[in-house]
Amino acid sequence: MKKQQRLVMRTVILLLLLAAVGYTIYSNFFTEKARVKVGSTAPDFVLTDLSGKQHRLSDYRGKGVFLNFWGTWCKPCEKEMPYINRQYSTYKKQGVEVLAVNVGETKLSVQKFVDRFGLTFPVMIDREDQVMNAYDVDRLPATFLIDKNGKVKKIITGTMTEEMVKQYMESIKP
Amino acid sequence: MEHVKCECGHVNPHGTAFCESCGKPLEENTEKKLLDMRYEGSARRSQTYNKTIVDKIWAFFSSVKVGVALIVITLIASAIGTIFPQEMYIPPNVSPAEYYADQYGWAGKLYYKLGFNNLYGSWWYMLLIASIGVSLVICSLDRVIPLYRALKKQGVTRHPNFLRRQRLFSTSRVADVDDVFKQVKEKLAQRRYHIREENGNILAEKGRFSRWGPYVNHIGLIIFLIGAMLRFVPGMYVDEVLWIREGETKEIPGTHGKYFLKNEKFIFETYEKGKENEVFNAAIDRVGSGTVAKNYQTNVVLYKRVGPVVAGAEPKLKKIKEYKIRVNEPLKYDHYALYQVDFKQNEPYKMAFQLMDKTSKKSFGTVVIDLHNPKPSYNLGNGYRVELLSYFPDFYFDEDGNPSTKSKVPNNPAFVFKMLTPDKPKGEVSFVAIQQTIEPFGNNKYKMAFAGLETRNVSGLTVRRDFTLWILGVGGAIFMIGVVQGMYWNHRRIWLQRVNGEVWLAAHTNKNWFGLKNEIRRVIEGTGLAMPIDQAEEEKKAAQGGQAHGATK
Repeated sequence: MKKQQRLVMRTVILLLLLAAVGYTIYSNFFTEKARVKVGSTAPDFVLTDLSGKQHRLSDYRGKGVFLNFWGTWCKPCEKEMPYINRQYSTYKKQGVEVLAVNVGETKLSVQKFVDRFGLTFPVMIDREDQVMNAYDVDRLPATFLIDKNGKVKKIITGTMTEEMVKQYMESIKP
Repeated sequence: MEHVKCECGHVNPHGTAFCESCGKPLEENTEKKLLDMRYEGSARRSQTYNKTIVDKIWAFFSSVKVGVALIVITLIASAIGTIFPQEMYIPPNVSPAEYYADQYGWAGKLYYKLGFNNLYGSWWYMLLIASIGVSLVICSLDRVIPLYRALKKQGVTRHPNFLRRQRLFSTSRVADVDDVFKQVKEKLAQRRYHIREENGNILAEKGRFSRWGPYVNHIGLIIFLIGAMLRFVPGMYVDEVLWIREGETKEIPGTHGKYFLKNEKFIFETYEKGKENEVFNAAIDRVGSGTVAKNYQTNVVLYKRVGPVVAGAEPKLKKIKEYKIRVNEPLKYDHYALYQVDFKQNEPYKMAFQLMDKTSKKSFGTVVIDLHNPKPSYNLGNGYRVELLSYFPDFYFDEDGNPSTKSKVPNNPAFVFKMLTPDKPKGEVSFVAIQQTIEPFGNNKYKMAFAGLETRNVSGLTVRRDFTLWILGVGGAIFMIGVVQGMYWNHRRIWLQRVNGEVWLAAHTNKNWFGLKNEIRRVIEGTGLAMPIDQAEEEKKAAQGGQAHGATK
């Protein structure tokens, strides 16, 4: 009887300790520390594109949104921009929108960049880093795939090949 | 497992070294003369029941050897973690995997592979710390409970074998035993001993509370570890960096868009001769005027956003307060604290150029370029115009030899101008960087002459919110209480017993035997009792004597 009690006691204590350790390890390694998680609703934002048109993310419900953060100095961004541009021309008709958020550079640099690559999707400048903070972006490029319900489907950091861009756009087609 | 019944009638748990009540050694160990008094000879339960997997895990963590090994491994790992820089100290724009391999070769590669680059965040390091925590809990539980039980159940009358095998022991014959006992009792009481009597025998005890010191200490440590663990709970701990230029208003990171900060001015002051009290002149002369920092300060205005938080939208701000942030004088609001931690002076802000005829040096007007918002074109009137074809805020030549920018920060601005003048209506192109002009299409008639630079300072602030601090404080305080409790008090016990017409005196303490001996000397002064012999020292002396003898042979 006493032995049994002891076993129960030990099991309970060990389980408690395991739970504490497990939680710490889990929350550190298996959850994204970023504020924006896969499956959660993408934080809403409002930005004005180069032509002066306001874009609000929540207005794009019903469409897939390919949200790309970039900078003119970021070579991988430069590399993937033409891919995105090309695929956009196909997927635009299928309800996929690209929103390219520049991380607070000068309008001049951004405009020159857009002209150089002939980008056809809306490009906006996050002047005060508010959107960057909201999405916890620290390394460029960063891409968020948002489905028609406004939920984040995938977060991609690093360069994409054209094939990847195509697949990703395909995956968020409404 | 059955219990063990001692001849005194007390029933002991299996594995007990000597009877809890009378102290008769149960596991006969004739090799050693002295009793091992650790944990009062109580049974460390983990070593006695080892059947199920739970018991086995328990036994593993209950071992002090395992605990020490875990601590040593953690220490070694921490030491290795200081050989190369941690990831937070390497340049931010490089990939850590490449950086370690480039800088330190295969050792760096391995360092990165094993997670030493971010030691405190690596899973195995966390697991080590967690194991130390588990070991702490189980080791303590496994020892404190039997110890408490043994000390609570100890009898007054002890078995002669228990007394004889104490470190301090003596036998004496006195004329009037009752009188001697009475004297000793009085003196012990004066020295704040707690006295228990049974069949004319005495057990005097004090400072038992000192025995709980290590366990109190461990409780403190565990609370501390829980506090550290809570930092991973969202919202409990915020630690962000905010770089803000003079004149800028920025969202404070970590506040979810709720608070904004404006940097009015950054001030850096040094001790200068003539500005300080005369008595400091000698000291200032010694180190040089203007070389020692006196003050780092950011004058800020804190704003709160009113209305719904939508990132990117022009925020509606309500002023909350103005404050001068200085080192160690953070701006505190709503549990957030903003600390002055860094600064950057004289970041280029605006640059001015004159459109000039190279030969006649005649100027046709000045262009002032805001480095954060340059315009595509500047009209100087009279048919003179300057177009900005390209702008590189942080200029360098990339791998392909093309002018490029390293970042968006105007550390080293460069421009490609097109100068349109009445006599050159197609325009001349000129590439202008600091101290450098390139004319890609041959000799120009005109140039953009540098005409001044306006700079501003950037302040580096840390944003902190820490709800775990008080838990760490409580844990630390309990830790220290435990240390003090175990260090400054001694658990002393003195047994006086009548055995075959003799008085047997034995004594034990958990530390400071010298103090105990002095105390006994004073207590038995004038009673005719023999001063106990320190049997441990006798043994040591005997051993040394034997060695010395051997050496002379």
